[in-house]
Amino acid sequence: MRKRHLYLLALVLMTMVAASCGSDSDTGAKTETKPPPTHPAGSTMANIQAKGKFVVGTKYDQVGFGQQNPTTGKVEGFDVEIAKRIAVAIFGGDVKSVEPKIEFVETVSKNREPFIQDGKVDIVAATYTITDTRKQVVDFAGPYFVARQDIMVKSDDTSVKGVGDLNGKKACTAKGSTSEKNLRAKAPRADVALFDTYSQCGEALRDGRVQAVTTDAPILAGLVSRSDRAFKLVEAPFSDEPYGIGLKKGDDVFRNFINDRLEEIYANGEWAAAFDATLGAIGLKREPPPKVDRYSSLPATTTTTGSTGTGGGAGSTSSSTSTSTSTSTSTSTSTSTTTTTTKQP
Amino acid sequence: MTAPMLADALGPRARRRMRLISVVAAAAIAGLVLAAVRRLADTGQLDAARWEPLTQGAVIRFLLGGLLATLRVASLAMVLAMAIGMVLAFGRLARNPVVRVVTGAYVEFFRGFPLLLLVLFSGLALPKYGVDVAVFWYVVLALVVYNSAILAEIFRAGILSLDKGQTEAAHALGFSYWQAMLIVVVPQAARRMVPAIVSQLVTLLKDTSLGFVIAYPELLRRARNTGEFFQNPLQSLFAAALLYIAVNLALSRVARRLEIRQRRRYGAGAITVAGAEDLTVTAVQSEEAAPEGPG
Amino acid sequence: MRLVLDNADLYLAGMATTVALTLLSFSAALVIGTVVAAFRVSPVPPLRTAGTLWVETVRNTPLTVLMVLFFFGFTKLGIQYSAFTSAVIVLSAYTSTFVAETVRSGINSVAKGQAEAARSLGLTFPQVLVRVILPQAFRTVVAPLGSVFIALIKNSSIASVISVVDLTEVADRLNNDTARPVAVFLGAGMAYLLLTLPSGFLVGVLERRVAIKR
Repeated sequence: MRKRHLYLLALVLMTMVAASCGSDSDTGAKTETKPPPTHPAGSTMANIQAKGKFVVGTKYDQVGFGQQNPTTGKVEGFDVEIAKRIAVAIFGGDVKSVEPKIEFVETVSKNREPFIQDGKVDIVAATYTITDTRKQVVDFAGPYFVARQDIMVKSDDTSVKGVGDLNGKKACTAKGSTSEKNLRAKAPRADVALFDTYSQCGEALRDGRVQAVTTDAPILAGLVSRSDRAFKLVEAPFSDEPYGIGLKKGDDVFRNFINDRLEEIYANGEWAAAFDATLGAIGLKREPPPKVDRYSSLPATTTTTGSTGTGGGAGSTSSSTSTSTSTSTSTSTSTSTTTTTTKQP
Repeated sequence: MTAPMLADALGPRARRRMRLISVVAAAAIAGLVLAAVRRLADTGQLDAARWEPLTQGAVIRFLLGGLLATLRVASLAMVLAMAIGMVLAFGRLARNPVVRVVTGAYVEFFRGFPLLLLVLFSGLALPKYGVDVAVFWYVVLALVVYNSAILAEIFRAGILSLDKGQTEAAHALGFSYWQAMLIVVVPQAARRMVPAIVSQLVTLLKDTSLGFVIAYPELLRRARNTGEFFQNPLQSLFAAALLYIAVNLALSRVARRLEIRQRRRYGAGAITVAGAEDLTVTAVQSEEAAPEGPG
Repeated sequence: MRLVLDNADLYLAGMATTVALTLLSFSAALVIGTVVAAFRVSPVPPLRTAGTLWVETVRNTPLTVLMVLFFFGFTKLGIQYSAFTSAVIVLSAYTSTFVAETVRSGINSVAKGQAEAARSLGLTFPQVLVRVILPQAFRTVVAPLGSVFIALIKNSSIASVISVVDLTEVADRLNNDTARPVAVFLGAGMAYLLLTLPSGFLVGVLERRVAIKR
């Protein structure tokens, strides 16, 4: 038994030593140096600047947008690059010098809203699609990217030129996704095969069980880049999913600030450089940046329901204080829940 | 390895037959293994390129960092769950009916809950209502709430398994209820409970992997991210599984040693509890153990 | 609770999936587990080793890891099943190890004289096991097997990790849509209690009926 204890102890020690070793790396992209700016007193930017810490929620497993590199421990991708540029506007300096001031926190689709509401993160940049439902609990700056739904086929397939050509063909997408809805709307006679993940769709395409895969172009681009030229993108996009920067509801000053910064990096070419270094590298074609949408914040609903039906709200306080669950006014949830997505980009 | 033989030693004919069956069985198993390896090779999963990332120092450190996060969350949850479980067990045995009902309700309620639901609840509901702590604590909380309920049942069963005569004798000597409990009953019951406790702790350690659904950077999460990055999910997850097995085997070994020693020293009578996943099932149940099913 | 009642159909569908997962997996696990237990007590060394390896590796790997490994890893080997089928396979495999250990302890609890008597009557090892030992063994382990069953109901929730739409996944998705985690998860928790509490009761009844205490 003593031997076993030693063994366990050794394992624990090993991990501790291992964990205490850090590492370093860099992502070279076009940068610009700024002097430390002054922000309006009391604003979120001023607070972050004073704290010296900018907390960003992002995904760690989304190719091209936010992916953790196990060799460096750092997150890489387009979302990360955008976050760094927002950080430059807050702290001044350049993309390199702000890096230590940014703390990336891994978020998954479902904890993005709670993390924003709770203040656990300052912003969320995590392939976060702007929707009216979400606007009732959080606010969005941007969009800074529009993912278009596209089609992927085998490289030698020339029969599919647009979504209409999928009628009568077997097409694959993820169960319950918005992609599925769009496909059924645009190609009603397509034979839809539903899998749980897009890599399964890719496998099915490879062995001929389906003739096409359709979803957001960046996801397809990832599959194409891994396919050894067996697949290609049709490049006939047929619907839009705008990705935005999620932040606390009602913080219009911060939202405007980020929107200004986004427009700035659109104009000075940094957005394009960030795109090329990340999404461009997985074969995605760059389009002009999307127009920033400065909408007026929706009133927060009285309860914290995100239901689309009864948006009966009083006052646009950013609170998420309603702790009572029994006083719900939501009745129309059943319709919206049947269309839940497995993939909510 | 000493397998329990279902009868006495085999005769010469039977032994020859066994040898033949052994050869056939070994061949069949070897065939299965071979087929699996062939499948791995045919699908390119044995390619060095897929395994190479896992040999890089940085990647190993990354995964071991995940293991450390797993061990950290597990060890804290173990200590807290044991302490709270002990309190709950005493609560259920208390003479005050209110205390009994309250602790009983807690135990019955959370014992029937899937842990995953508790993890989701603590990770998604609590932040919304202003409970602002690190993700680490959400995982710990869910593990403690669930496991304290299970451990409480183990403790209670252990205490009840002791012969009534022990308490009666203590009372006859003038011990108060709590004196009898703490000086006479608990020390004896503890010995019987050890194996069941350790196997519950193994379960707890495995359950920390549920932290990955709320993005706690433990071993499973890191293995998945590694697999995504290098496009070798099979290899990365396999590595994670090996690490889990190593740690759990070490823990189980300790449990088994303890169990054997207990049985040798005090006779049979380890504790089993309904609702726990892993039972130290020594089917020989002691006189009054009879842990009822939940409900 | 309005929210839960309004979506009762979703919850019921999720519950049906949870029940289906549990029943299918438990049936398979009983069969596999008994076979593995038989392997582990058999006089054939390779089978004993195989049985031990199966139990020790599968039982010591977290169910979540097995689920993810099978669903996202084994597809690379061309082993592709739907999420539901994958979940049943993984739950069966995982649960079979606990069944095996339980049944084995039951076998060990049957008095040695039973096996000796049977063998002296000329029964072969499989005959001894199937006709004499196992029927008695099962009756001694009704309670622990019931425990394994209840644990399986709870463990089936992990199928939601690979997007099987069971009770947990229903709640998770409903929460994504409504952002009302307390009501949504409490509803699912109650539904699980509706399954686990009566199961515990049934196990108790069954135990009183058939169990032999030793």
